[in-house]
Amino acid sequence: MKILTGNDLKTGAVTWWTGYDWSLHVEDAIDAGAEAESIAAREEAARRVNAPYVIAGERTEKGVRPAHIKDRIRALGPTVRPDLTLKPADPEAGNWVI
Amino acid sequence: MYRYDTYDQQMVDTRVAEFRDQVARRLAGKITEDQFKPLRLMNGLYLQLHAYMLRVAIPYGTLDSRQMHALADIADKYDRGYGHFTTRQNIQYNWIKLAEAPDILADLAAVEMHAIQTSGNCIRNISSDHFAGAAADEVVDPRPYAELLRQWSSFHPEFTALPRKFKIAVIASETDRAAMKLHDIGIRMVRNDAGEIGAQFWVGGGMGRTPMIAPCINEFVPVDSLVTYCEAALRVYNRHGRRDNKYKARIKILVHELGADEYRRQVEEEFAHLQAQGIEPPLAELERISAFFADPPFEKDLPRGVDRSDPDFALWVDTNTVPHKVPGYVAAVISLKPVGGIPGDATSDQMRLMADLARAYSFDEMRVTHTQNIALPHVRQADLYTLWKKLDEAGLGTANLDQAGDIIACPGLDYCSLANARSIPVAQKLSERLAPNAAELGELKIKISGCINACGHHHAGHIGILGVDRKGTENYQLLLGGSEAEDTSLAKIVGPGFDEAGIVDAVETATGVYLAQRTKGERFLDTYRRIGIEPFKEALYG
Ligand code: SF4
Repeated sequence: MKILTGNDLKTGAVTWWTGYDWSLHVEDAIDAGAEAESIAAREEAARRVNAPYVIAGERTEKGVRPAHIKDRIRALGPTVRPDLTLKPADPEAGNWVI
Repeated sequence: MYRYDTYDQQMVDTRVAEFRDQVARRLAGKITEDQFKPLRLMNGLYLQLHAYMLRVAIPYGTLDSRQMHALADIADKYDRGYGHFTTRQNIQYNWIKLAEAPDILADLAAVEMHAIQTSGNCIRNISSDHFAGAAADEVVDPRPYAELLRQWSSFHPEFTALPRKFKIAVIASETDRAAMKLHDIGIRMVRNDAGEIGAQFWVGGGMGRTPMIAPCINEFVPVDSLVTYCEAALRVYNRHGRRDNKYKARIKILVHELGADEYRRQVEEEFAHLQAQGIEPPLAELERISAFFADPPFEKDLPRGVDRSDPDFALWVDTNTVPHKVPGYVAAVISLKPVGGIPGDATSDQMRLMADLARAYSFDEMRVTHTQNIALPHVRQADLYTLWKKLDEAGLGTANLDQAGDIIACPGLDYCSLANARSIPVAQKLSERLAPNAAELGELKIKISGCINACGHHHAGHIGILGVDRKGTENYQLLLGGSEAEDTSLAKIVGPGFDEAGIVDAVETATGVYLAQRTKGERFLDTYRRIGIEPFKEALYG
């Protein structure tokens, strides 16, 4: 599946496309499918997201996850400072990158 | 320390106002990200893996307590209570909001700091010896020359769009504490037989994808031609550097492709041309700058030595202090590498403590080292015990300078969008694993980069580790035999890579080979150079 991610323009926070809005939690990401690129362009033009791009995601039993470790860390925050970052709602999030 | 004059201050204040306007226009949608990106990068603002990251310049790594307090306040007010000191003697904040970035720059400007030229294809912050002005072996304090070059290179109109970024280091000792030969231009201030000061130019070094040790281009450039010679060296690069290929655009490739002799010939030709133009600032300007770096009022005839009855303190003194040019003083290094900690990170409280201790015990001066520690350059031996006690209480008293736990690690995949693998967890695990043996292992410089860009200096590690992406998983290559000191050498890859647990085991295995094979007095690097890579390969891969 294709999921769409970017950063909030003002805060820089990592965000995920939910189908109608941008969420801080990767669990809310939907499969943007063939529309992904055009949604990204439209949302960026409207300044609802900064520098959006499409990544591979996968559906797991626990919800949507980025396929690549870099994006999983991006969703999770630095693995070495989980105390300071906004973690996905998944309590198992810390295990994603292992 | 150098203090801004009204011109310096005005220049920085004007830049803050300009950036404030640019940010407002970006937030209002009047400029696109493509238009804005080069503008924010010129002010050190990157968009990183998790958020905006701001890199603040600390010229030649020198700062006072007022500035360190301001850095701590920024960490609390605009970030998440900490900062990361880098291998280029700068500091980075990881959680910056774009809307607040102009306010941060204004706060920095209020203490004579900025983030200008900490990114982009320009001349970056000039780095130097972190013991400048304190080292017993320096021929002259290198900082006035570094400051002169900082002023020359700041907003230099001809060099704001170079083929690639450009890094200069200035030292003034035989001992190299700034990785001088691994810079685009490395300058060593020297004294000739007539007793005159001049600059030795080493051009075309660097790490990254294609590591190279700079060749010496000129043994002695008279000090009254320093800026002109730099200008000539940059001009030749600016003219012929490979703008067609990002991976071949650094000056090291140009010098390598032309050959050192031809590059030198072109520089000399340009130098002769420039000399006729009279671009060198008058020596009075260097003298004006030098006055800011006059020695602090050192006391004479201080008692020497320390009370070694506390063994932990004695260990710290032996490990983390170095001789000073004035008897009775030492330079002390505060390790930002507690066992299992994140190399180079400091909390705002730790920054404030270091600032206060510098004010109390080191003539209000600190230096960021390229090894991601903080040096207090001028400490009376008589004050060392009190200093260490206060550091130790704050978790800053680790005794591991240049030992296995004093690991350089770039932010890696935990923070950096260019990374292939995490550096920090490997550093943490290694420092824990090797801590019990650290004293026995002696000087051992481990350096870790999360990708080929080599911000963690892995090419120059006695043991280097490079993170790579192997089919979507983190993998680590082991390199041996590098050095960024005066005996500069580039490390060699030993063999196939390892996973995270495997690389920690592999480093331990390599240290085992060293312990088994070393002769008396040999460091890890010496043993490696004597026995070569094969015994390590044999132990690692059988
Ligand atoms: S070496 Fe690579 S991963 Fe590490 S900070 Fe530099 S660019 Fe990022």
